[in-house]
Amino acid sequence: MQPFSGLSLLRRGLSGQRGWTQQWRRAQPKAAYDAVIVGGGGHGLGAAYYLAREHGLTNVAVLEKSWIGGGNTGRNTTIIRSNYLFDESAALYDHAVKLWEDLSQVLNYNVMFSQRGVLMLAHTVHDVQVFKRHVHANRASGVDNEWLTPAEAKAFCPPLNIGDIRYPVLGAALQRRGGTARHDAVAWGYARAADALGVDIIENCEVTGIQRGSNGAVEAVETTRGLIRTPKVGVAAAGHTSVVMKMAGVQLPLESYPLQALVSEPVKPIFPCVVMSNTIHAYISQSDKGELVIGAGTDAYTSYTQRGGLHISRHALEAICELFPMFRRLRMLRNWGGIVDVTPDRSPIIAKTPVPGLYVNCGWGTGGFKATPGSAHVFAFTIARDEPHPINAPFTIERFRDGHLIDEAAAAAVAH
Amino acid sequence: MLLIECPYCGERSELEFVYGGQAHIARPKNPADFSAQEWTDYLYQRDNIKGVHAERWRHTHGCGRFFNALRDTTTDHFITTYKVGESPPAALNTAKVGP
Repeated sequence: MQPFSGLSLLRRGLSGQRGWTQQWRRAQPKAAYDAVIVGGGGHGLGAAYYLAREHGLTNVAVLEKSWIGGGNTGRNTTIIRSNYLFDESAALYDHAVKLWEDLSQVLNYNVMFSQRGVLMLAHTVHDVQVFKRHVHANRASGVDNEWLTPAEAKAFCPPLNIGDIRYPVLGAALQRRGGTARHDAVAWGYARAADALGVDIIENCEVTGIQRGSNGAVEAVETTRGLIRTPKVGVAAAGHTSVVMKMAGVQLPLESYPLQALVSEPVKPIFPCVVMSNTIHAYISQSDKGELVIGAGTDAYTSYTQRGGLHISRHALEAICELFPMFRRLRMLRNWGGIVDVTPDRSPIIAKTPVPGLYVNCGWGTGGFKATPGSAHVFAFTIARDEPHPINAPFTIERFRDGHLIDEAAAAAVAH
Repeated sequence: MLLIECPYCGERSELEFVYGGQAHIARPKNPADFSAQEWTDYLYQRDNIKGVHAERWRHTHGCGRFFNALRDTTTDHFITTYKVGESPPAALNTAKVGP
């Protein structure tokens, strides 16, 4: 791997940007690996990276059915925050925020992490009570979160219209350590760093079956590029988790929904932070390219289409136009959908499964991107040690049977 | 936006309907005899099918009645709708799963 540095950028710049080499190999599948990760998004690539770096497991393959980062990693609205309600979630999401903070240095790849602050708006008395409860819970568990009056919110985000609307802004919760990162760079950075440690990243390789031995344990995965023998399979397949897990006879409490996002035409820097409104449902930030990145809701029905209904986007845009009247004349450039796997309690599952050698990282629903490094880190631990890391120990499959739900429906922000 | 055929009222826009999740999940007859695992399956486990899915819809802003539908979750194409109490049409098992 050619390391990036100010000097190397300058040198290549002066020589016409020639001489850059491939950032990772185009690996061909081998007959056998010590571990196979299914799903080449941020969570899967990150898990492979941490397996190699922290657990010495370098004979690892990441199998991706299309191109890496082409699923939800490249389709989300890049928001990062850790202001979840319960201790278990705060530990998990804040683990991720801490890893985000030096991820660019660790990976030697600029993921453009920007802690510009995440402002969550309260529009009703109920919102105010819920958000204040979140603020107190977060501060008690060491996660930064503060309550702003409407005027303070307006000062933090000047484009915000706090008064003259159907649901006026009654206050806001602000997490200053929250922000955004460049989502593609996260996939590429992990891929490049994992590849340098010996991990094979295999694109256009769809898993079509999971073979189990007489003792029930995982023995191999069948793929569109041949059979791959492995004693450990980690599934990080987001919306397609149910499909992959069914191959091993495991059913999970998941439902897959389309979640939409859209971007505007690019404009000069105008928007200083991330703003989320759960109640009238819109969230917005501005990318470094200048596009306003807007998140809409999920469709009402389960689907694998990566589209979603236009009325869902329209609803989000109506809210954006109310909150930020100056955006009313902006044109939207693109909209798209991603398939998100939602659990009944809106918290993820990062756990061993009833099948020996099979591990799953799923159920991130509408908010998986923010957790990418933390999720990948504890998932790698779980795969390598065959036991959960203390941080992901509560996020089992069995919690639904045992009643230990971690209900984050209010913190998940997207109505579903 | 989907165009959905209510078996009672005909084709209407999706906005008139509320989605009711996977169909044909029978409520336990003897709840007291149910184990924790059986309750988990009943409450939380869903097939989450990629392909033809039998599901409930309610024509909330119309006749108000529940009905069932077969929809291909890879295309969102409705194959058919049918009334509550009727068995799912054979298409549930024979329909081709989309790409």
